[in-house]
Amino acid sequence: MHSDVSQFALTAPPTLEAVLQQLATEPGKHTPIAGGTEIMVALGVGRLPQRSFVSIQHLRELRFIRVDADAIHIGAGVTFTDIRRSKEIADDLPLLIQSASWTGSVANQNRGTLGGNICNASPAADTPPALLAYGAAVTLISSAGLRTVRYEDFHLGYKKTLLRPDELLHTITVPRNFSGYRQYIRKIGTRNAQAISKTALAAVAKIEGDIIADIRLGAASLADRPLRCAATEAALLNRSVAPVHLEVTIKAARAALAGEAKPIDDIRSTGKYRAAVAANLLEEFLRSLAS
Amino acid sequence: MSKINLRVNGESQSIDVPPMKRLLDVLREDLHLTGTKEGCGEGECGACAVLMNGELVNSCLIPALQASGATLCTIEGVAQNNTLHPIQQCFLERGGAQCGICTPGMILATHHLLDKYPDPTMEQIQEGLAGNLCRCTGYMRIFESVKKAAEVRATT
Repeated sequence: MHSDVSQFALTAPPTLEAVLQQLATEPGKHTPIAGGTEIMVALGVGRLPQRSFVSIQHLRELRFIRVDADAIHIGAGVTFTDIRRSKEIADDLPLLIQSASWTGSVANQNRGTLGGNICNASPAADTPPALLAYGAAVTLISSAGLRTVRYEDFHLGYKKTLLRPDELLHTITVPRNFSGYRQYIRKIGTRNAQAISKTALAAVAKIEGDIIADIRLGAASLADRPLRCAATEAALLNRSVAPVHLEVTIKAARAALAGEAKPIDDIRSTGKYRAAVAANLLEEFLRSLAS
Repeated sequence: MSKINLRVNGESQSIDVPPMKRLLDVLREDLHLTGTKEGCGEGECGACAVLMNGELVNSCLIPALQASGATLCTIEGVAQNNTLHPIQQCFLERGGAQCGICTPGMILATHHLLDKYPDPTMEQIQEGLAGNLCRCTGYMRIFESVKKAAEVRATT
């Protein structure tokens, strides 16, 4: 333990309203803490810059999974274990189940939350690629009210989001009507269990005849933020995956991804490796569409 | 300082601690329950795992205030009336414990696993214990201990 814990403040107002009031009264002073699986690591190693925290882990208002005809609405306080236990999510959003299952160990999945995974805003985070591929929206709440934005617009840069200091992430809304879509997700890490991604790709696509009629791609660790690969999607839309056209389609996809991916060298991998492997994942997905 | 009330191994406790103090340190320093070990202190090794409201958690990643009102089970609460729990007995008999640092976390992770999957497959055992690192056994004897514990559980 490399921090003096007496130097840190933590409160747990009883309701969501009370938490929002505290954030509004002293904007930027208090950092929300949910399951603690990121913040407490920084505390343990003595690298926690903030001094005052407000717990949102106990807020029942943020821990719900609600299903309606078009979407599954997931409270920001829902844990990875909650996600893995949800039959509705398993039925409709298998990529989210898969990414939740490879987020840390069982003990960490019991504590870590979907909202925390998003707001911690690591470009390597596990669930964002799936949420980007599914075209999720996020609803933010403050004492002034609610606003909903596309999730792909939420990340502004490295660890930067459009969340204001007085706001919390409230709901992640994921469209659920993917019947007829092919879905794909794969993560490349140092080992299968509990390794942070070198890169990952999530994809959904609708094939009509042999033509890609709709496609969305989300990737981890290819940019300063979780990346929706919009240019690659545009390059693939209306392309054919018929055997006679497949190689041309793959070539176009690889070129487009190379154009928009801006991976970096860091402790876990190199930019060169990440770009090459992400292109291989994309090719693997496209070949699966042809069969 | 914050006043924290919690129930640990069946006993009610009330303590004054800094709210960001790690539950791990509360257990070891304030409650003198030193069976819970610190390994990595980063939530990766599982040596500090305990059951909180029935769920397996890493106590190094929980601020004391978030444990307020919780019911906890640590390794000291697993054996009943000076009799080893069948999971402990199986780890003992099958060589699932060597140096002992990972063992409290392994036992509690196994407890949690068998509550979820009374007859676990090898894959379920491996996933359930993936957050608990052991540098002695090579894991095979641990997996055998868990399988044996599941058998014993089924017959009692």
